[in-house]
Amino acid sequence: MWYLNDWFPVLLSLRVAFISLVVVVLFALPLARILGLYEFRGRDILEAIFTLPLVLPPSVVGYGLLVFIGRNGIVGKYLADMGITLIFSWWAVVLAASVVAFPLMYQSCRGAFASVDSSYEKAARTLGANELYIFFRVTLPLAWPGILSGVVLTFARALGEFGATLMVAGNIPGQTQTIPLAIYFAVESGDKATANTLVAIITIFCFLLILWVNRWNKKYVR
Amino acid sequence: MLKASIQKKLWHFDLDVTYQVEVGQVLILWGPSGSGKTTILECIAGLRTPDSGEIELNGRMLFNSQERINVPSRQRGIGYLFQNYALFPHMTVEENVRFGLQAQRISPKKQKVLYQDLLDSFGVGHLLKRYPSQLSGGEKQRVALARALVVNPQLLLLDEPFSALDRETKLSLRQQLVSLHQQWKIPMILVTHDQEDAEELGDIFINLHYGQVINR
Repeated sequence: MWYLNDWFPVLLSLRVAFISLVVVVLFALPLARILGLYEFRGRDILEAIFTLPLVLPPSVVGYGLLVFIGRNGIVGKYLADMGITLIFSWWAVVLAASVVAFPLMYQSCRGAFASVDSSYEKAARTLGANELYIFFRVTLPLAWPGILSGVVLTFARALGEFGATLMVAGNIPGQTQTIPLAIYFAVESGDKATANTLVAIITIFCFLLILWVNRWNKKYVR
Repeated sequence: MLKASIQKKLWHFDLDVTYQVEVGQVLILWGPSGSGKTTILECIAGLRTPDSGEIELNGRMLFNSQERINVPSRQRGIGYLFQNYALFPHMTVEENVRFGLQAQRISPKKQKVLYQDLLDSFGVGHLLKRYPSQLSGGEKQRVALARALVVNPQLLLLDEPFSALDRETKLSLRQQLVSLHQQWKIPMILVTHDQEDAEELGDIFINLHYGQVINR
């Protein structure tokens, strides 16, 4: 009972997960570093906002995204004027995946940076290094295991995003249908073969990913 | 010569110290834990900022609250030996000692000359490829000292340098520090609660109690 005639969901899901990972890392890493380093008023409010997509129901996140990028949305309006429609495109899939995965990466990085003993950075400062040099030569290498688990969680979360994706991108076969969406609708329509195949693919993939990361982590941590 | 006047509000008390250290001198900062000794060292090194005061090293103003001067740590030329040595665990001894030289963009050829001799003189030249986790307490101390000194600081700060060592190692390192001081001729500030260390090494003394100097 295995069969897959449409490989599009697999390719789309992988593409989306990779792009979301890059987007999330570009935002979460510097933000986690900066907010971890400097205390300022309203920092905890900002961090609560960053964490929100993690605790809100995916349909609420989806609703929020619609408010932003929908045709009459805050940002969507201007995009529409320029002829760009994000909703029901695969870029909306990337957006949804990035938004829900962001808190995971942010928290992982924040924790990873916090776990680096401050005396190392202090020593580096007295030795004449500037903050950027310290970040790349001292902090990042020492925070790496925590960051790596953030990367894995982010990728897995982006891969598995369902609720928000359905709302902003819909389930358009060949355009926005990711693996989770394809599985759901395959089950709904009684297509057990497709459902079995897709479930097996994503389960084996995630399993191998976790296995590889755990082994890599063990070797890396001296 | 170091001239320092530091006032800072800390958790349980206010810190207020003023003193001077000449070129050939070793100043001992003495007091129970929590009396503000490490805070003073960190303020001098530029790792923390006093609420008010002045810090001047060899005629150069490093900190002046009135004139709003606050030179960042990396530009102060002050070596710091941390209580836990703070050797970068993901780097070898060689990479640790080279760190300051690389950060200041000194050429690799010049670097090797500078650190090899220093490490050899400390008796740890053969440990270049080892990681800090593979070193003994005494070896870590010497590597940390070499790392701080290789960038030619004008002042050396030492935070309880011997506290985690056994007596024998402590005695040999103390000797090393004495000969080091004769060789390098830079002022040193040593935080300790060990009476022997203080007597052997110190030229002038500050006794701190809840952030206030109680006798010299």
